[in-house]
Amino acid sequence: MTYVKDQSYKQDSLEISIAEPKDYFTLLKPRVMYLVVLTALAGIMTAPGHVHGLIGFVSLLAIAVGAGASGALNMWYDADIDAIMTRTKTRPVPSGRITGDQALAFGLILSFASVFTLGLVANWLAASLLAFTIFFYAVIYTMWLKRWTPQNIVIGGAAGAFPPIVGCAAASGTITWDSVILFTIIFLWTPPHFWALAILKSQDYEEAGVPMMPNAKGLDRTRLEILIYSLLLAPVGVLPWLFGFASPVYGVLSIVSGLGFVALAWRVFQRRTGKPADSAAKGLFAYSILYLFLLFGVLVIETAGALILNRLG
Amino acid sequence: MMMAETDTQIGIKLNPAQEKSRRNRNIAIGLILAALIVLFYAVTIVKLGPSVLNRPL
Repeated sequence: MTYVKDQSYKQDSLEISIAEPKDYFTLLKPRVMYLVVLTALAGIMTAPGHVHGLIGFVSLLAIAVGAGASGALNMWYDADIDAIMTRTKTRPVPSGRITGDQALAFGLILSFASVFTLGLVANWLAASLLAFTIFFYAVIYTMWLKRWTPQNIVIGGAAGAFPPIVGCAAASGTITWDSVILFTIIFLWTPPHFWALAILKSQDYEEAGVPMMPNAKGLDRTRLEILIYSLLLAPVGVLPWLFGFASPVYGVLSIVSGLGFVALAWRVFQRRTGKPADSAAKGLFAYSILYLFLLFGVLVIETAGALILNRLG
Repeated sequence: MMMAETDTQIGIKLNPAQEKSRRNRNIAIGLILAALIVLFYAVTIVKLGPSVLNRPL
């Protein structure tokens, strides 16, 4: 593993910023935030009891901003390796549009603001869980696991899986088994999702000295682990229906889409060289995003539908 | 007279790109603060209940 010493991305702190608002928005990792919004919303919607719409909305906003804040802290700390990798070198800090200090301040301010807002608006259990999630992603994953072990995204994936639990806690003041099931779905989904991308970008990770599974343990081992996690994920994806908090429609969709996930993982396992291997990895990566949006999207829509019908009935 | 002319030149002069980005950042901060004021007001009313508006002054 190489320790990155190149600090050329760093700016003179006296330089006047030319950062636009959209650069700060990019620091929040908006694509991750959309996923957090959807999964946290699923946690809020499936929580027991009733939460006022505005309280639910502000809680969701606080969770999304908290997730964005941890993204900003991640971009602050990882600017040295982001500057090396093709996928990340245009991010605001390595490209010089925002200084490291500005990203750090932005991340810290939003972290405190989101946690205290959630505490005051919803409850302190949810706020504590959000604070732990930010700490887990920014410190445990970014500062420790990412550069240390190829299991980085397996353990670190817990941070991305917490939003349904935080959402449930915000809406009900408790942690339910339903929200733990939603956590488990995201937790098992993360390794095949990221490793499919890491297969395509393994040279990048190698140059940056990040021990991702493909460059640390080899492509064959990665393909095997992708298949194992996919085989675990597919049945867990069906649990919301089996545990009775999702409809048979969700049940059928989760079975079919889970089988599709395993089929694509099997394709990644079989195709090991050249363009077919790359296209299999790309296919699984794209499908994995669709899969998670589908499961949580259906869960949110049908729970919202049931709520509306209850009100009307 | 000389003194006044010198005073106006003290400090950092922003170029057009820096001025534009600073203005855009200020507008964004202003809009976000305004939205937060509305949001926190609404949350306060929801949490305290609408009867808070009916108390005798």
